[in-house]
Amino acid sequence: MENELTNSPLSFDTKAENNIIFTRLDTAINWMRKNSLWPMPMGLACCAIELMAAGAARYDIARFGSEAMRFSPRQSDVMIVSGTVTYKMALAVKRIWDQMAEPKWCIAMGACASSGGMYRSYAVLQGIDQLIPVDVYISGCPPRPEALLEGLMRLQKKIEDEPSFVDQKKALLEELNA
Amino acid sequence: MTASEVVEAVKSKFGDSVRETVEFRGEHTVVVDPEVGKKVLKYCHDELAFDCLVDLSSLDHFGEDPRFEMVYELYSYSTKSHFRVRFPVSEDEGKVETVSDIWATADWHEREVYDMMGLLFDGHPDLRRILMWDGYPFYPLRKDFPLAGRESDLPDVAFTGQAPLAGGPFVTSPSSASTVKREPRSREID
Repeated sequence: MENELTNSPLSFDTKAENNIIFTRLDTAINWMRKNSLWPMPMGLACCAIELMAAGAARYDIARFGSEAMRFSPRQSDVMIVSGTVTYKMALAVKRIWDQMAEPKWCIAMGACASSGGMYRSYAVLQGIDQLIPVDVYISGCPPRPEALLEGLMRLQKKIEDEPSFVDQKKALLEELNA
Repeated sequence: MTASEVVEAVKSKFGDSVRETVEFRGEHTVVVDPEVGKKVLKYCHDELAFDCLVDLSSLDHFGEDPRFEMVYELYSYSTKSHFRVRFPVSEDEGKVETVSDIWATADWHEREVYDMMGLLFDGHPDLRRILMWDGYPFYPLRKDFPLAGRESDLPDVAFTGQAPLAGGPFVTSPSSASTVKREPRSREID
């Protein structure tokens, strides 16, 4: 019976038809992006230990699609600045950030990366946001892995609403009209 | 050879050049003239078997003359005794003879003193900054350098700014007051 239907010119492929979802391109792209955020682990101090804990079995960052820690900036989507950024390190962090391909995001993990933390000192950059744009700040010294995961989920929420394709389309239309 | 015998040996060898000897809880220190500083250290190494330089550091007595002071912490593996040698360094001179030819470990220690305090070491094989970068214009451990830092910029290498201290630095003062009173909090610095 089923075979008869599928072979008839009037029939439709139930398997394929049932699996087609109608959506906007932006939503589809954002859905893919937010569920495969590969981190660039910028581990500079003790926060990096919590970052490692977040990656290990108990907290398992893989549940959010971020298990592929890339030590190459060219393959990563989100830079997790975890630790104290000294002035000596600052421009190296910036350089690695510049090497990351768009679209890219940044999480400032912990007090030091967000604001210099307890290091009110001549040697420490008072917040990585002085050099690179930060999407999510996570408080704590160091933050627990749950806090990092919460930060990651906030970032996913943020990515969900990004109208990148709509923007591109608008820009293209303006270009054509001009 | 016990530590007090070491002090006597140095005294008899260098005579009037030994300005002061200090003993505090079994720690022996000699303060000597800056001119004989290296000779004393060499003598300690060659004749008194102080084969290990534990540490080397500098002090800034800001407002006094001479302003700086070098401190050498020696240890002997054969006699198992500690010994400390100090000598003043004037700000005008700002120069000390290197001891990296006596103890190789002094190389990096002297680089740190140069980096943080700005003292130069005559005859040092590789006198570069060790913590800050080449071109950083200040010496951060000097007393007249603010904890918050000063602005500097070396394009494409590094830059620094001033940290907001927000009333700080937050420091404890030694006292027998309660823990609440001793809590680090904002204090005016004279």
